[in-house]
Amino acid sequence: MEQYVAWFLLIAPLAAAIAILLHLHRKAEMAIFASIGSAALCFLIAVAVAFGEIPAPTPFEWISLPGLNVDIGMIFDPLSKGMLLVVTGVGLLIHIYSYGYMAHDPSKGRFFGGLSIFMFSMTGITLADNLIEMFLFWEGVGLSSYLLIGFWYEKESAAKAANKAFVCNRLADFGFMIGILTFWFLMGTVSVQPDQLQPIYQQNALPMFGSTGDHPSTTPTAPDSPATHQRIAPNALLLTIMVIGLFCGCVGKSAMFPLHVWLPDAMEGPTPVSALIHAATMVAAGVYMLCRVYPLLLLSEMGMFLIACIGCFTAIFAALIAVQQNDIKRILAYSTLSQLGYMVMAVGCGGPDAAMFHLTTHAFFKALLFLAAGSVIHALHDEQDIWKMGGLWNKIPLTFATFAIGMLALSGVPPFAGFWSKDYLLSAAYARNPAFYAVGVVTAGLTAFYMTRLVIVAFFGPARTPAAEHPHESPKVMTIPLILLAILSVIGGFIGLETYYHDWAQTLPTLERPLGAVASPANFFIESVVPLFFVVLGLGSAYALYWNCKTDPLDIKILAGKFYFDEFYDRQIVGGQQMTARFLNWIDSWILDGLIIRGAAYVSVGIGEIFRLFQTGSLQGYAFLFSLGGIILIYFTLFAH
Amino acid sequence: MEITLNHYLAVAAILFAIGLMGVIMRRNLIIIYMSLEIMLQAANLTFVAFSRFNGHLDGQVFVFFVITVAAAEVAVGLALIVALYRLKRTTQIQDLTSLKF
Repeated sequence: MEQYVAWFLLIAPLAAAIAILLHLHRKAEMAIFASIGSAALCFLIAVAVAFGEIPAPTPFEWISLPGLNVDIGMIFDPLSKGMLLVVTGVGLLIHIYSYGYMAHDPSKGRFFGGLSIFMFSMTGITLADNLIEMFLFWEGVGLSSYLLIGFWYEKESAAKAANKAFVCNRLADFGFMIGILTFWFLMGTVSVQPDQLQPIYQQNALPMFGSTGDHPSTTPTAPDSPATHQRIAPNALLLTIMVIGLFCGCVGKSAMFPLHVWLPDAMEGPTPVSALIHAATMVAAGVYMLCRVYPLLLLSEMGMFLIACIGCFTAIFAALIAVQQNDIKRILAYSTLSQLGYMVMAVGCGGPDAAMFHLTTHAFFKALLFLAAGSVIHALHDEQDIWKMGGLWNKIPLTFATFAIGMLALSGVPPFAGFWSKDYLLSAAYARNPAFYAVGVVTAGLTAFYMTRLVIVAFFGPARTPAAEHPHESPKVMTIPLILLAILSVIGGFIGLETYYHDWAQTLPTLERPLGAVASPANFFIESVVPLFFVVLGLGSAYALYWNCKTDPLDIKILAGKFYFDEFYDRQIVGGQQMTARFLNWIDSWILDGLIIRGAAYVSVGIGEIFRLFQTGSLQGYAFLFSLGGIILIYFTLFAH
Repeated sequence: MEITLNHYLAVAAILFAIGLMGVIMRRNLIIIYMSLEIMLQAANLTFVAFSRFNGHLDGQVFVFFVITVAAAEVAVGLALIVALYRLKRTTQIQDLTSLKF
């Protein structure tokens, strides 16, 4: 019996989703009960899995071909257990919160159905034991994200945002698929079981790094695994393609530059969705996937470097944009981008434990921030512009307190969770290359700056609109998840997550060769004091600039315009696509339709036009031709040979 | 001079040619119809000639059948011509060209 328990992690939300889809979407209370119930069940099982002795269920065979075996199975290792707790725990809290937030929505049954699909897919990604299975669930979260961003589909912007998210993700998934196929091509397996990746790494690392002197772990005594049959000898190029392909999946799902454009637009969805999917869990799936295949990433030094660069660039790039945004949810969205950039950078710098630690704490405080922002929006009757708020701190004190905790945690103020994870992450970056560290520290300062700006403008000063004068505190069902997440955001650095992930990372091979610069271990000064200095700088300058401001004293067009990436894509890519489409349309209507199809028709019509001339109506003409034909026939039969 | 099969066939061919020329060149439907009958008789003549010179009677039997069918055909054909005349007030072939595009 015990080995079947874990399957309920997938079955429960799936059953809820199907029930809602088929029957319950008109019975909102029943749908909510099913959805929240399944999320709670998931969380309980996740706790049992993480702390109990529940074994991973026996995988069952799904595809079995010569050279390709795909099972549907589960991995229970520290990485997936940690992620599972985050996904189900934060997920459950957000389910409960949604009950309050969506109370007045007429189609909340559909909403909870979407959440259940999401829980199903996300748990699937977390536990998937091979890349094909992961890819399936990967598409599943893409679907649920699409459904939930476009939940208010009657709003055109929401429908467009949903499409944009889906298209961006599909684009990236194409790369992900190439990565998976290359992986299969090179390794002869698609499994990502840790005990299978290790020998793969060891067998492939040897030719990659040349001499064995600095690589004690890559001894040629690697055990033979079934994974290695009929394997093509990998070379650096193919390995790099594989790593970059896998990273492509992360670029889409985690909204890295240059596909970051979908995430801010995804804020068109209901706020709990922004919190659950587009801040805490789904967008972190990319980072999680990178950590899952981490031993493979190490096979390509260039791939790792690219990952670190993209992450690093996204971190500072999104933080800069966030400085000049006015929509409370968009600021948080850009902040999510920036933090995801951090995590990806950490993976690229060889610190998957730092990435996972930050992922976990970020899930706490970013979910908290979004939910608190949702509470603010709820209180002000759907007002999202921070310049139309103001003076809220004593009117909705609970929301303010929790938001402030989230903000301090995100900014990296000790002793909140974000401080510890960010420092851990920055020291991992420093160990690899101080340039990444420098960008990371500046980003930390910017993060503190824009979060302080947000809090000061939204919660302090005089109320700037009538709505902001009489806000109402949210109901308990919404504030209790806030409080729980706030507690987690405070203690997140102390509950042993760091050692937990550190112990996990010890089982992984390490990237020993530094990328570019000479590595040196971070000391206390580097790890804590310098980032803290920048954080204080950010806090202070934001305070100095924004305290008691009625309008934005800064006016940086390029940041407010998000570096004009949407416009650029609109013109260059969408425009280019339009041109290609027009050209293809021309070929279609003139060459294919015109020349080949209609041309053939016209030829037969023309021939008919000629031959109808023989149809004179003259009986004797016919008789003449007929007899002529007869004579010719007779001539040929009798005399022609 | 002895009359051989070829003489009969030559007469039949001439008859057939006369009939064909009549069908192709005459303008009156009734004349054309008569010419058709001449062509038919040319065929009959060959049947009889072959029958006579080959020494068995199959051809003769055929001719009886042909004459019977031709009689029936004449009845139908003349009736059609009469009906056509009632409709169009003419039996001149150059006026009957409505069956064209």
